[in-house]
Amino acid sequence: MTESSQPAVAKDESLLVTEAKAGSYEAFEELVNRYEKKIYRLGLNITGNREDAEDVLQETFLKAFEHLGAFREDSRFYTWIVRIGVNEALMKLRKRRAEKMVPMEDAVGDDGEVIPREFTDWKPNPEQQLTRTELEGILENAAKALPPTFRAVFFLRDVEELSTEETAEMLNLSTGAVKARLFRARLRLREDLSKILKRG
Amino acid sequence: MLNCKKVLLEISNYLDGDLEEDLKRNIETHIRMCRHCKVVFDTTRKTIELYCDGKLFILPEDVRARLHESLRRKWLAKRGGA
Repeated sequence: MTESSQPAVAKDESLLVTEAKAGSYEAFEELVNRYEKKIYRLGLNITGNREDAEDVLQETFLKAFEHLGAFREDSRFYTWIVRIGVNEALMKLRKRRAEKMVPMEDAVGDDGEVIPREFTDWKPNPEQQLTRTELEGILENAAKALPPTFRAVFFLRDVEELSTEETAEMLNLSTGAVKARLFRARLRLREDLSKILKRG
Repeated sequence: MLNCKKVLLEISNYLDGDLEEDLKRNIETHIRMCRHCKVVFDTTRKTIELYCDGKLFILPEDVRARLHESLRRKWLAKRGGA
């Protein structure tokens, strides 16, 4: 969970939290600057919708601001803020799904097998052969094709690097269910990306 | 000797370092000899790498500006000064 864009001598996170609690807007803003990109990406990845992702970003930091005094600092600020972000994103998703009457889960459930069908190796360095926008579009479309809870598990575990236990707790799943969904999400994303990125 | 199906079922646990040493070694032996499984392992790893690449992803400046504006407004309303 490192953020490479942080300055080399970054101010300690817990010190920033203490200062923000004491009333320093600059300290709170520094915390926002550190994690805003991650929270927006998290919102976009879970909801699959840019408008919802902006709402998730706004609501997450507004709630963080409102409840900062209650943050007990027994976990990292980042973990706390991700938890708020995940809840906001899942609420958005449930609302959208309810409107469209689409279930959160895959219709097949967890029992269906994921059998790899693409065995052709990829072209080397797709990130150098495609423009950033092209590759971002390919990744976004593949993620959107996953059932929402698979997408949430994949992004929490592989991108946000939360543990299986943390992911299970946030999504109200068993650790076994997290592992099963992660396995299927990874293989399904690989299969979809292979169709586009394989050697021609 | 592991067959391809068993190897592929363990891909996620292998990538997470969540396997007994014996099984891990058997999988690595299989991958060295099986081109199909090697491709699946390599491209699954690459899939995760692509999604983790922060450089591929930017926060739009207008989205960021709206966030900071509403936070500053909220802060001022609550604390009466920044």
